Amino acid sequence: MLAKRIIPCLDVRDGRVVKGTRFINLRDAGNPVERADFYNREGADEIVFLDITASVEKRRAIVDVVEKTAEVVFIPLTVGGGIDSVDFMQELLNSGADKVSLNTAALKDPGLIQAGAERFGSQCIVAAIDARRTEHSSTGGSHSWEVYSHGGRTPAGRDVVEWAKEVEKLGAGEILLTSMDADGTLDGYDTALLAVVSDAVGIPVIASGGAGKLEHLYEALTDGKAHAVLAASILHYGTYSIAEIKEYLSQKGLPVRPVQN
Amino acid sequence: MSSLVIIDSECANLSSIYKAARFVNLDPVISDNPKIISAAEAVIFPGVGSFAHAASLISRKKLTSSLLETITAGKPFLGICLGMQLLFSRSEETILSSGIETAEGLKAISGEVKRFPEGLPIPHVGWNKVDPAFGHPLFKGLDSGVNGGSYFYFTHSYYVQPEKNENILGRTEYGFPFTSAVIKKNLFGVQFHPEKSGPAGLRLLSNFGKIIADIKY
Repeated sequence: MLAKRIIPCLDVRDGRVVKGTRFINLRDAGNPVERADFYNREGADEIVFLDITASVEKRRAIVDVVEKTAEVVFIPLTVGGGIDSVDFMQELLNSGADKVSLNTAALKDPGLIQAGAERFGSQCIVAAIDARRTEHSSTGGSHSWEVYSHGGRTPAGRDVVEWAKEVEKLGAGEILLTSMDADGTLDGYDTALLAVVSDAVGIPVIASGGAGKLEHLYEALTDGKAHAVLAASILHYGTYSIAEIKEYLSQKGLPVRPVQN
Repeated sequence: MSSLVIIDSECANLSSIYKAARFVNLDPVISDNPKIISAAEAVIFPGVGSFAHAASLISRKKLTSSLLETITAGKPFLGICLGMQLLFSRSEETILSSGIETAEGLKAISGEVKRFPEGLPIPHVGWNKVDPAFGHPLFKGLDSGVNGGSYFYFTHSYYVQPEKNENILGRTEYGFPFTSAVIKKNLFGVQFHPEKSGPAGLRLLSNFGKIIADIKY
């Protein structure tokens, strides 16, 4: 049976790991290669690097990070953040990334997902979607979520379900779905959002944003119907180890890949 | 002359396989030169992407005969993902995606490549167990039987269906048990990605290295 995946997400700026909440209070948290190797040894099922480097000139740094990580970490590596061309995807894949995650550039030009999927295969293309509840849904009534681009700063004027269906049709192999309402709160994933998107598409959905307790991960994987959970704060701050997370999920009856040493 | 050649199938996971092979102390070269491939003592044949694209690439690079020669000579040969699917007779993939009537493989193992049925999330992405059909050096030190096998990383929408049971080396459960590893003498194929399957994957690659060494001496 397919195991539920636990995926640490590392925010990387100028080649260094940074921690922060909603893009503020960033502080240096070390070497991304060492951090990725640490999580790999702890039993992570994949690693996601989110490049939040502001300037285009410094983008080479992430390629270097991927290259060095791929020498020592033999689990899937995904890179997201600022990827806006097939050539850059190629560069990242050549350096050892297994998947690239597309967000803002795909909203601007949905053809980028298709071009990437045709050239490298759907398994390489992750569509990252940031969504926020609409005002209507937060005041009661039926739920709906709007998609945002530019790291959550710009409303894209699209409904999350409609966009999720479109990225699937364009050839994305997975959806990385972040709830902007839940992100950084530690109050739990937006399971309603996860479920509505999971039901709408046939490709796997990765839950992101809001993990604070072990129950939250379980809820995302059951009520939210997610295939995998992305976690940042609870891992980076040492609240739980991946072994603890997996043991908890396993006791609750979910299939997980045991931590190997 | 290097003993282990990784076929340059221009796929995205080429560098990962190279790095993983190096990590378990193998000394591979990446090549698409038919002469180098023919002279190799062992071959790893990786691939991701579409069956039709990969099949046409192999014939355009004129690699078909050197690949088949290696297999016929009984040299250790490991196909990974699409590289395993290409060992089979034909695939459903092109019929669906490009309108081509038939997509022919290398026909080293009789059988077909089929798409997962509707109703399952496709692609099949993530870690799943591979239960070896029988004890074999390729799976030495890895789990089998009672606990259903060791976990490996998969990402694919098509699976192989060998005609003969004797070609089945491992099975995986995804809605139904499908063939996730195949064998024909020293020819092996795995649907999963050993280069991305953590300690279990590295063990399998190192086992493959041991098979090469045992044949050499």
